[in-house]
Order: sequence, then structure tokens, then C-alpha cells
Amino acid sequence: MAEKKCKINANSTWQEMTPGGTIYDAANSLEFTTGDWRSRKPIWLQEKCKQCGLCVPTCPDSAIPVIEGGNRTDFNYDYCKGCGVCAKACPFNAISME
Amino acid sequence: MSNLVEIRWHGRGGQGAKTASLLLADAAFNTGKYIQGFPEYGPERMGAPITAYNRISDEPITIHSNIYEPDYVVVVDESLLESVDVTAGLKENGAIVINTKKEPDEVRGLLKGYNGKVCTIDAKTISIETLGAYFPNTPMLAAIIKVSGIMNEQDFLNDMVDSFKHKFAKKPEVIDGNMEALKRALNEVKGL
Amino acid sequence: MNKCKSIRERLSGNEAVANAMRQINPDVVAAFPITPSTEIPQYFSTFVNNGTVDTEFVPVESEHSAMSACVGASSAGGRVMTATSANGLSLMWEIIYIASSLRLPIVMACVNRAVSGPLNIHNDHSDSMGVRDSGWIQLYSETNQEAYDNMIMANRIAEHVDVHLPLMVCYDGFITSHSIENIELIDDESVKAFVGDYHPEHFLLNRDEPIAMGPLDVQPYLFEHKFQQGYAMKKAKDVILEVSKEFEEMTGRKYGLFEEYKMEDAEMAIVVLNSTAGTAKYTIDRLREKGMKVGLVKPRVYRPFPVYEIANALKNCKAIAVLDKADSLNGAGGPLYTDVTSAMYTSNITSPKVVNYIYGIGGRDVRSTDIEKVYNDLRYIIDTGDMGTPYRYLGLKG
Repeated sequence: MAEKKCKINANSTWQEMTPGGTIYDAANSLEFTTGDWRSRKPIWLQEKCKQCGLCVPTCPDSAIPVIEGGNRTDFNYDYCKGCGVCAKACPFNAISME
Repeated sequence: MSNLVEIRWHGRGGQGAKTASLLLADAAFNTGKYIQGFPEYGPERMGAPITAYNRISDEPITIHSNIYEPDYVVVVDESLLESVDVTAGLKENGAIVINTKKEPDEVRGLLKGYNGKVCTIDAKTISIETLGAYFPNTPMLAAIIKVSGIMNEQDFLNDMVDSFKHKFAKKPEVIDGNMEALKRALNEVKGL
Repeated sequence: MNKCKSIRERLSGNEAVANAMRQINPDVVAAFPITPSTEIPQYFSTFVNNGTVDTEFVPVESEHSAMSACVGASSAGGRVMTATSANGLSLMWEIIYIASSLRLPIVMACVNRAVSGPLNIHNDHSDSMGVRDSGWIQLYSETNQEAYDNMIMANRIAEHVDVHLPLMVCYDGFITSHSIENIELIDDESVKAFVGDYHPEHFLLNRDEPIAMGPLDVQPYLFEHKFQQGYAMKKAKDVILEVSKEFEEMTGRKYGLFEEYKMEDAEMAIVVLNSTAGTAKYTIDRLREKGMKVGLVKPRVYRPFPVYEIANALKNCKAIAVLDKADSLNGAGGPLYTDVTSAMYTSNITSPKVVNYIYGIGGRDVRSTDIEKVYNDLRYIIDTGDMGTPYRYLGLKG
């Protein structure tokens, strides 16, 4: 059933779908960008950021990328749903919601 | 299926009437017959009247209902004669076997005008004298073999000794008593 | 397929089925005791404790958990079996649908008993009929022999790559489950060779292929997944026949989608499931001696329903009685009747008169005289052309 590893989408036919809807690829949530669910957008104010790292684990969508050395970079807006938890967690007002 | 023999057992919960019907099925099976052995399940508990059935035939048996017109009836507890219509549907050319000290003619009056053969066996005395306790099903099993003639008595005894050896593998001392109970019952049925 | 060794035995239906499970030696059995299926997990747990099987036996705290454990174990990649009856099956209800929709080939012994209430522990078919549309294959069994044989064939059918559906083997509580009868068992080695090993293509414990099962299935998907289940159910018909053919080569015992008894020239036929079919055969033999052209169609495979095959088997009859041991309580006949009449209509077979009898509810005994009455009723319908009410009751008092 290797051919069933093709991407299933809303137009897929019954012949294309996997039995029981089983998903054969791990980490496929990467293919499901949820950024367009966002109504409020977090803005990273780099000049206020102390790189304390408190915002990173609060993000439910892992939308705050961390680069080598442990510093965060700008939001990944493909997945950020705009929940605002990171802004609340920031002790330095380095994230504003717009 | 003209050779089909149908037997109905009446007993009380806990006396082993169901076990006796299964032992009879076993014995007949071991002599090459087709058999059915089944109790009628209800809400019964210890002491309540229960019914069990046997069908024995030389040909496969397909019918799966209770037995309403038995060839033979076995009554494991004589006190049932007053409360249960034990001869209901019993064929006149058949027979009823009752566990009692009484003579056949003494119990016939309790059988609602049944005109067929009435046999009695004192399973209680046999059981207590051979097994040291009241297990009526062993002598009753032998009695119905005797009365119905469904199998050769020696074949029956040979088969039973084998099954007792299996059943009582951990207490072989009771095998002789059980065999004695069967032999005495074969000889002590009255009214044949 | 090599011929097996046949072992002459006498066993109750439950003993026979527990022995089939011993010979199959599944990876997991999860079950909760309920009359009249209790003896199956009881006997089977003895096999587990004696080391005669390698099975992980999961003694759960309810049937809902039993089926949940089966779903988990089957998803993980195991061969999984269980047993239940009546209200136990009712409690499994939610997970019954999960099992079939996840396409898990779980095999269940369903020992038919009336679903309460009022409380009743005796035989009818209201339990398995209640889940007839849940996507499980249903095989019905007249005798302990058929229950055993169906059980031996069950895994092969359910696990077939074209099928992948759960399967229940149904047989009558007490009448079959607790009655000692003759049976021909298959030797252990032959069963092992026949059933084979289970190697699912996808399973949760496969470290080389991480997968997710049971995802949210919204509007663009569920319809197609349900269609796939129905499609697999259709395919199951051929697979059942294939496996049955192999089984016949091994044992000499022939199984089809249904059994026809003296149907060649039958003017009157009864359609009935499970043990009552045996009583019907007994009655047919006697009525045939009196010259009545009577026959029987006994469905073995009820899900998938053999629509055209059954209609074809009945097409030359003048009058037919379909006997249902479960009342749909819809004022319009039982489930088997609905399926048979629908099958005939869609096959354009409309000349036989077809009536329905609800019978045997809650363990009401069915006698040969009851069956005889049905054939006499059919005779009357043929003679007078008067069908009367098609929805009837057999053995109802009053």
C-alpha cells in the first residue's frame, strides 16, 4: 500500500484514501499550516528581548524557532495561531500582540 | 432415526442430575453413538427442581429442542414426585426409573395414571454403602443403562472404569467404590 | 491443502470454541465473563495458565474495556480474539464500531442471548442482530461443529488483505454453547498450518514505520472510509468462499454462504439461522415421508448478506417463511425477513409468497411441531392464495 503514502486531501477519492484513515507518515502535521487561523499577530521586539527563553516552551505550535546557541529568532507565521500565550509569558514586554 | 432414544432427568440442583446426564452422554459416545446431553437452564439454585436431557442415536442428531415425549425418565429425588409431573409425555412403552427404597407398585400411585414400566432403585443405600456419602447420580446412571438397554453392561462398566481413572486420577482410592456402586445398581433395579 | 487428522470428540459449543482458540493460539485475548459465553474465557484462561498457549490474557473490568483492549492489541499488530453475549455486546457497542472502522481483524465468539430487558439470560438473536450494521462479518452456526469450524476459518477471512474487517462467530446460547454433542476436531498441527501467522502490513508497534491510527475524519473523508468498509464487506464474500474451499479440502466439510437442505424440488421453504435449522431438518425429513415438498435455507454468512445467491436459491418456491429470533419491534418484521424480501425484490423474484415469523424470543423452546405448523401454514397459503398477515409470531401465548 506504498502508493497510499500520497498526500490525502479533501479531493481524494475512496481509492486513494488509506483504510481506516490511518496515517502512514510521521510528523505530517508539518504539512498542515495553521497560520491562517490567526486573528492577532505576535510581534517580536528584538531590541527588548533578553533571550531568556521563557516564551519558547509556552508555544503550543512550536512556532518560536530556536537556532544554534539557544537563541530564539522571529516567529514562524506558518504555524503561529496567535494565541498570545508567549506575550503573557514574556517578562520584558518583548512580544506585542497586534 | 428410529433408533433415537430420548431420556429426561428430574433432579434437584446440586444432586448431580446434570452431571449424570453428561456421564450417560459420555458413556454412549464411547460406545460409538451420536449423543446430546443438555440441561434446561433456569434461575435454579441448590435444591430447586431441575431437568436435564439426553438423546442417543446411531445416526447424527439434528433436532435441537427440549424433550417432550421421552422414552425414559429418571427421577433422582423421589420427593419430586409430589411436585413435578415427571411422567408428562412419557411413552407407555418406555419406562420411569425412580430413586427410592420403595417397591415399584408403591410409587405407581404417584405417577398420574402412567401405565408403562415403573422401576425403582435404592440409590441412597447403595451410595452410602459403597461411597460413604450420598451421591445418587452414579447408581442412577447404572440404573438407566440397565432399564433402557442402550448399551451392553460390560462395555458400560469397562468404559466407566476408564473414565473414573481419568476423573479421579488424584484420588484413585474412590474408583473401586464408584465401580461397586455401578455394579450393585445394575443388579438391584426393581420392576424390570 | 493436506487432509487433516479428524479427532472424534464430544464437547459443548463453548468447549469446542475455546479449543479452536487454543489451537489458533492468538497473541491477545481480552474478555469479560457474561452468561452464556463465560466458559470461553474460563477455559481459555486455563490454557493460558497451563502454558498450552502463548496468549496474553487480559482480564478486563467490563466489556467496553474488553473491546477497547482488543482494539489496542490489534492496532499494535497482534492477532486478537474475544467472546461475549447479549448485554456484554451492548456494552461493547461504541468500540465495536471503532474496531470495524479501524479495519482491525478481531475475531469474537458471540454466544447469542437475549438482550435485556426484562432480564433474560436465554437464547435469541437480539444481541448480534443489534450490531448487524456495525461493519463486522457475521457467521452463524447450527451446531458445536459449525461453531468450531467457523472459528477455525475466522482469522483467515478477517485478516485477508482484501477484507481486514472484524468477524463474529454466532451460535445459540445454551442450546449450542452448553449442550454436549459429537464433534470432529482437527489436529493441532493442521489448524496451525491452516490458520498461519498474522503479519499485518501496517501496525502501531512497527518501529520502521511510525503511523497514526484513528485520526479525526471530517466531512471530506468519512463517507469514503465508510464506502471502503462496505467495499471490503462485499469482497469478503469471495474470500469466505475461498477459505471455505480450502477448509473443505482439509476436513471434507463443505461450507458456503448458506446451506440448502432438500431445496431441489421444494415448494415450501423455511429460512432460519443457527440451531433451529437442525430442528427444521428433522421436521423436513418427517414431512418429506408424507410427501410434502419442504426445504430449508440456512444462512451461514449473514454479513455480508448474500443477496443474489439467497434470492436465487428461493426463486422456485411457492411460499417461504423467514424465521427471526429477534424482533425489530418496528411493526414490520424481523431483520432476516427484511433482508430476504429485499434480496428477492431487487433480484426481480416476486412470485413466491414470503411471510415472517418471530420465534424463540428469550429462550422460548422451538419444537418440531412448531416447524411443522409453519410448513402447514405455507401449504395453506399455496392452496388458498391467501397470504394473510405477513408478520407472524410462532409460539407466542395468547
